[in-house]
Amino acid sequence: MGFRDEGEKAFLQGNIAVGEAALKAGASFFAGYPITPSSEIAEHASINLPKKGGKYVQMEDELGSIGAVIGASMSGAKAYTATSGPGVSLMNENIGLACMVEAPCVIVNVQRAGPSTGLATKPAQGDLLQSRWGTHGDHAVIALTPSSVQECFDLTVKAFNYAERFRTPVFVLLDGLVGQMYETISIPEKVETEYRKLADCPPEEFLPYDFPEDDLVPAFAPYGGERINRANGSGHGRDGYADSSPDNFEMLVNRLVDKIEDKKEEICLYEEHSCQDAEVLIISYGCSARSGLAAVEWARSNGIKAGLLNLKTVWPFPDHLIKHYSQQAKKIIVPELSLGQLAGEVKKQAGNIPVLSVNKTSGVPLSPAEIISKIEEEF
Amino acid sequence: MKYSWKKYLKKDALPSMWCAGCGNGILLGSIMRAMDECNFAVANTVVVTGIGCWGKADDYFTTHAFHGTHGRAIPIATGIKFARTSLNVIVMVGDGDGATIGGNHLIHAARRNTDITVIMSNNFNYGMTGGQYSGTTPKDSLTSTSPYGHVEDEFNISALVKECGAGYVAKGTVASPRKLQKYIKKALARENGFRFIEAITSCPTQYDRYNKLGKPTERLKDISSKTVEIEKAAEYNRDELSSKYVVGEYTDLAVEGYLERYEKIQQKFN
Repeated sequence: MGFRDEGEKAFLQGNIAVGEAALKAGASFFAGYPITPSSEIAEHASINLPKKGGKYVQMEDELGSIGAVIGASMSGAKAYTATSGPGVSLMNENIGLACMVEAPCVIVNVQRAGPSTGLATKPAQGDLLQSRWGTHGDHAVIALTPSSVQECFDLTVKAFNYAERFRTPVFVLLDGLVGQMYETISIPEKVETEYRKLADCPPEEFLPYDFPEDDLVPAFAPYGGERINRANGSGHGRDGYADSSPDNFEMLVNRLVDKIEDKKEEICLYEEHSCQDAEVLIISYGCSARSGLAAVEWARSNGIKAGLLNLKTVWPFPDHLIKHYSQQAKKIIVPELSLGQLAGEVKKQAGNIPVLSVNKTSGVPLSPAEIISKIEEEF
Repeated sequence: MKYSWKKYLKKDALPSMWCAGCGNGILLGSIMRAMDECNFAVANTVVVTGIGCWGKADDYFTTHAFHGTHGRAIPIATGIKFARTSLNVIVMVGDGDGATIGGNHLIHAARRNTDITVIMSNNFNYGMTGGQYSGTTPKDSLTSTSPYGHVEDEFNISALVKECGAGYVAKGTVASPRKLQKYIKKALARENGFRFIEAITSCPTQYDRYNKLGKPTERLKDISSKTVEIEKAAEYNRDELSSKYVVGEYTDLAVEGYLERYEKIQQKFN
């Protein structure tokens, strides 16, 4: 389970760093269903939440897990769940519900090789598009992608803050490698936390889905207060009651998308390594970005102007970054543990710049050598 | 005082979307009167619904509400209650919603003794989608997807929930709304554990019509004539009971609720 040193440094598993971050971020409710390679997050929650007055409940399946998380969120709790791709497949209907009722929550997906049961203990990055489009209908989500144990901690805190700020489900999209590996990280005494904006209008004037025109995120009132909170997965008006009129529904769906997509530049986190003069740009995330960095170091030592753009936010997709680097790079290489899910998104934004894939779906991480040989082929 | 239950009713939402002669309005009235008898504060009550005709019930409440997804009202209610334990959480599901697609959640919430009340409107079919058979549709009945007679056996859902360990389980019918109200009141007044009310109701547009059970008033009489008190059920054999509605209190036990047990664990760390 990982141990903690006395000081700020801790030698932790990625999954445990996620759990520690959830506690620091103020999470008080976890509902989940065991699944490899994410189960340590549930175990960590079951050990630690009751100590802090919070609650852990193991539900009968993932449909129930995400349902309970959404319910707890609407009671005012910071709530989270952890699973892997097969579990997200089961959660997908209610992930759309979370988008629709605007329930802040964090869903950790420790990706394993799919499809189906696939390779339960092996890492993959095949759920990138699932996290964006798994649930039906137009909507928007946020997904953050750590590539180290330190980032498991930092980005999980960020995920809770984004969830609260935008009243939306946020994915922490790990992979079996990053989730299961151990590294020494530093855990700050305190982290910056956000809580959803609370309604302060007179109770009789409160409308649960009223929103300011400049922000589009409704102010929240938890169940149990004088301001009557009405969550509704069906088309609803500002009062939360059913409303199926075309104009209202059009506005609702657009607002749910715009409140996130309009803030893309604020939400998109990334790390640049030697990008300034890069002619060959590696764009990657998660465990594959680690190998990408090693490949960049090799290339630089061999006189090749290579750089790495390590995406920390994959949804909303950082179109602006890809467009920016497409002005500069001669070639883009996208290493990933899938058959081109990330590369496809990059291609949409890269204009005429060739986008070359380094793909793998064997359940084995990409080695730096596999990326290096792609660079060698091209330069 | 006589109509003080109307504080729960969203009057401007009337008339309801339910068909003329549907029993759901009777059930709604029984629930609101029982809530009033229990002095439930509007601001401290959350109505949680799923999808279906009865899933629209939240539209008529002035309380807090969560209109969720098909079959998932119970998990949503679980999260609502566990995160804010002082709330009165009432779940309203139909037989398709609660006993069929959401059946797994129902039995586990009963086993767990989740501290909520579930009120199931059982009209023996999926009314809203056109009258298809559900997990409570009796064998041989006609529905839009059992046009030659239903080949499957049905759940006695109250008996099932009882066996799962729920603290309180009662079955009534919309033909006896006062008795229904009494059961609901008893369920709502409990502070702990899982409470389940099954209300047998009419469906004039679909199930009752397919099965030629008569016009709404005739169907209410039909329901009454098929009602057997649980204490007398032993006098009938299995085949005879299959065409009856066995009503009454299936179980009424003092149980520890989930929260009571979990709070004991939390207190270890205080």
